[in-house]
Amino acid sequence: MNPASVLIADELGAEKVFDLLRLMLRIRRFEEKAAELYGETKIRGFLHLYIGEEAVAAGLIPYLRPEDAIVATYREHGHALVRGIPAGAIMAEMYGKQEGCSRGHGGSMHLYDAARRFYGGNAIVGGGQPIALGLALADKMQGRPNVTVCFFGEGAVAEGEFHESMNLASLWSLPVLFCCENNLYAMGTHILRSHAQTDLCLRVRSYDMEAESVDGMDVLAVAEASERLIRAVREEGRPRFVEFRTYRFRPHSMFDPDLYRDKKEIEGWKRKDPVPALIEEMRSRGWLDDARLATLEAEVAREIAEATAFAEAGTWEPVENLLQDVYAHRP
Amino acid sequence: MPTAPDMRRTTYREALRAGLHEALKRDPRVFLMGEDVGKYGGTYAVSRGFLEEFGPERIRDTPLSESAFVGAGIGAALGGMRPIVEVMTVNFSLLALDQILNGAATLRHMSGGQFTVPLVIRMATGAGRQLAAQHSHSLEGWYAHIPGIRVLAPATLEDARGMLWSALQEPDPVIIFEHAVLYNLEGELPEDAGAVPLDRAAVRREGKDLSLIAYGGTLPKALQAAERLAAEGVAAEVLDLRSLRPLDEAAILATVGKTHRAVIVDEGWRSGSLAAEISARIMEGAFYSLDAPVQRVCSEEVPIPYARHLEEAAIPQVEDILAAAGKVLGRDA
Repeated sequence: MNPASVLIADELGAEKVFDLLRLMLRIRRFEEKAAELYGETKIRGFLHLYIGEEAVAAGLIPYLRPEDAIVATYREHGHALVRGIPAGAIMAEMYGKQEGCSRGHGGSMHLYDAARRFYGGNAIVGGGQPIALGLALADKMQGRPNVTVCFFGEGAVAEGEFHESMNLASLWSLPVLFCCENNLYAMGTHILRSHAQTDLCLRVRSYDMEAESVDGMDVLAVAEASERLIRAVREEGRPRFVEFRTYRFRPHSMFDPDLYRDKKEIEGWKRKDPVPALIEEMRSRGWLDDARLATLEAEVAREIAEATAFAEAGTWEPVENLLQDVYAHRP
Repeated sequence: MPTAPDMRRTTYREALRAGLHEALKRDPRVFLMGEDVGKYGGTYAVSRGFLEEFGPERIRDTPLSESAFVGAGIGAALGGMRPIVEVMTVNFSLLALDQILNGAATLRHMSGGQFTVPLVIRMATGAGRQLAAQHSHSLEGWYAHIPGIRVLAPATLEDARGMLWSALQEPDPVIIFEHAVLYNLEGELPEDAGAVPLDRAAVRREGKDLSLIAYGGTLPKALQAAERLAAEGVAAEVLDLRSLRPLDEAAILATVGKTHRAVIVDEGWRSGSLAAEISARIMEGAFYSLDAPVQRVCSEEVPIPYARHLEEAAIPQVEDILAAAGKVLGRDA
């Protein structure tokens, strides 16, 4: 753990750090279960796992207020869980059951929850950014002091929609925190093979927007930056950009044979795994012992078992309902 | 006995402007954004003076970022506003097609009914002003293909005046296509003109011998053709579709059931056109009442050219409608 993070842990204290560990473990174990269920063909379609990147969602989202908004990507199970969407509703969605958080219409890539202002779940890279602008604009025009957080990967930075959105957010002073989860790969294409300038913050600063990079494998660093940046966006009413440098340990999706990465590269990043790193730090401080960790693991295992049982027991939406909700009133 | 409301001489442009003005006055959630809607006054001068009257918060000039500002319209609608987004022409709207199709049209269903996107997008469409192949296409039919949005084509002063307010009452995204040659259309409109019903086609001229089915920029041409036919003793009925999605299938089948002959006039390209869809619905729903095969008058399958004579040859004209009418009447030379 780097010295700065040691100080952050001092500041947060044992219980808040334990909460961060709980959130990361919930995501990790939930997704391990999802991968297993995919193997059993309970879950179909695309399944994009967040394993390795948990520190970002776990370290950032708890600093949002309930009235703030989140726009995420197709790799958003972790964000949905941390935001408070029940694990059962997410699992049921991946099963395609009507008890799912999008009634089985969205699947893994399109998790939504209007009450929690969770706007998904966008599977068009860059497509969520303009929507985040509008959510922030609506808040601003109605005098609500809310922040919209928009997650995307570094692949999105190559999209035109990204640059249009940076420009407009800055021009109109919209309260959006743009969170780039830079895991180095746009599906199978490394950032060095897709970006002429890989210093993403440098590019964003040209839009007269403040930008910084944070170690996305260190949940304490993420937490510190997130608290500060969300507060800045709220107080200044201006957008900010943050790049979390992270890595996915699993392939892009369950269909990906992962032929484009060196196994040594993956192993190297796994040594920075945010979950054991935090456990180690907590143990060294006497904040965590085997018994407490076992209790936590058991609690998480129970939540996931219940979520899976909920999804299993879920029901299929009647086919007669197929055309419902294309329009508010069926024309 | 109630007195008829005062009639006022006006134009399609002024009618659109009055509708927009009313919306901004009546609902504080309504705002307008798009390229040159403010300081410039709107590409077609529909919003001239609005920036001064309503201020820059509600009349928002945008950068040339169709995807970002259409998407921002979606987000603002999700966030409780009633945005009206102006896209300069249908050709430019292709830069925002991701947001319209993958976002606005899908969000309600994909979220299991949790989200509502009450967004109105206005855009100019169509040929006739020698603007060549990147400003003149008629892609209403493409948009009408998409479930989850409503597509309107005001072709009269009354609809130019009233459709916007009705569209703003809809919880779903609505695209309003304003045909570029209609902006200078003149006519009379009652002083108290206001909201009009959506979803219903309108018979603009009654007739018994054949049906001319048109919308948007082709409606005035269909009416002229009907006038010429009348001089020859043929009573053409003219149906204005008004709503391209949903289509008023009952009205289409009713007019065909009455006249037994149909000509569809559509400025889109013939292959895969809205005219093809309407023709298919007539075949499915009124085949046995037809006395002749359905005829279509569409644009030639070519990028719309600049030179006036070529542009005129590329898009439906009154003469083409008359020729098609001759065919369904069994008068081919």
